[in-house]
Amino acid sequence: MSRARDFANLAGSADAGGLTGKNILINGGQTVAQRGTSTSMAHDGTTDAFGVDRFRISMGGTHEQLDGTFAQVTDHPLSVSGKSSKWTTGTAESSYDSDEYFYFAQLIEAQNVQHLQYGGSNAQSVTLSFYVKSSVTGTFACNLYKPDNTLRIINKTYAISSANTWEKKTITFPADTGGGGINNDNGQGLYAVWHLAAGSGSVGGGSNGAWKTYGGLTDWADGQATNAVATTAGATWQVTDCQLEVGEQATPFEHRSFADEMIRCQRYYQEIASGSTYFAGNGLGTSNIIVGIPLATSMRATPSIKQNGYTFHRSGNVNSAGANPSVSNFAYDIGRNAVGVRISGWASNNTDEVAYNVTPATEVLTFEAEL
Amino acid sequence: MNGMNITSAQYMAHPITNENDGIEATIDGQAYYIPLAVGNTHYDEIMRQVEAGDLTIADAD
Repeated sequence: MSRARDFANLAGSADAGGLTGKNILINGGQTVAQRGTSTSMAHDGTTDAFGVDRFRISMGGTHEQLDGTFAQVTDHPLSVSGKSSKWTTGTAESSYDSDEYFYFAQLIEAQNVQHLQYGGSNAQSVTLSFYVKSSVTGTFACNLYKPDNTLRIINKTYAISSANTWEKKTITFPADTGGGGINNDNGQGLYAVWHLAAGSGSVGGGSNGAWKTYGGLTDWADGQATNAVATTAGATWQVTDCQLEVGEQATPFEHRSFADEMIRCQRYYQEIASGSTYFAGNGLGTSNIIVGIPLATSMRATPSIKQNGYTFHRSGNVNSAGANPSVSNFAYDIGRNAVGVRISGWASNNTDEVAYNVTPATEVLTFEAEL
Repeated sequence: MNGMNITSAQYMAHPITNENDGIEATIDGQAYYIPLAVGNTHYDEIMRQVEAGDLTIADAD
């Protein structure tokens, strides 16, 4: 095969989205949903939550009425079986106050965006592309927000022109040569944000169109021109195939395997499902056991553990008194690659006795190291 | 820009060493065990709220 043919094939593969590694966002196809496929949100309840992995939706300020559902749905502009994330407003906000804002976002780990070379003369432009569908037409804003060193922000807008119709949007953000760059660590590097609504206090700061030093909430959603998603009962906004890549051109969405996306997501969140899951343990003194649980992949940081209704068993159920300890009996020796679950309140342990079990009962055992 | 409603926090002590080695906290209505580790988002937010005077971490039992 000639070199010309090789290059032609390579170009064809690129055009078809076949080249990998270009999409800075994780789970852009909205495929991985470890926490479940639907999250209820409410002004007086959950106001910040993850839907599909790596994408969160947040109500800021003090909403008085707004509630709704954020769900992974089978509805996609190109694939009959593809997924998207969908917000559906239940009770609408009666009026959108100045302090209120509402957004969908992915927070990107700092060491994953070092190639953008922000803060210096070699800084790169990036292009955000996505499909969006909403019952509301109008002008919406997207931003990039850089929390390291000098806070920096840029908003750009896109228009939804036809209600309830998938539209592809492409937004190029210029390079940010100021602000001291992004630290090369495992903290927050960059926010990619889609605004759904913004009160008057979240716009007007001058961040629409160019990078600037973040001057407060008026910069957060500058350019957002409609709040109807939040103020209309039954309104919807949904998105998929989200891609952020270096350069000023949007290339076809990079399809990654489900396993590939899953392991990327598990760096930030992973769980052990309910059911009969057994791990070996070890006696620790006379009243404690510690059960080692390997993690699926090294996590971004030492994870938090959600306290759920776990059940623990000593080998042979010798000690029934400790078979189902309360939450306060738990503690953890936590690493980024493994977790030791320490359960106190047992009796007559033998130090170094082995073969204890841990069985998440009706709940899952979750490990969280989100940004 | 992240919302995190922390309503209680208490240190947890290691049963052998008796040293604090975690924080049990209620965040958005859910009980969490938080490691004492800078970089963990929950821990960082707890300490930010403590520094701001908005949260007190109770001693371990």
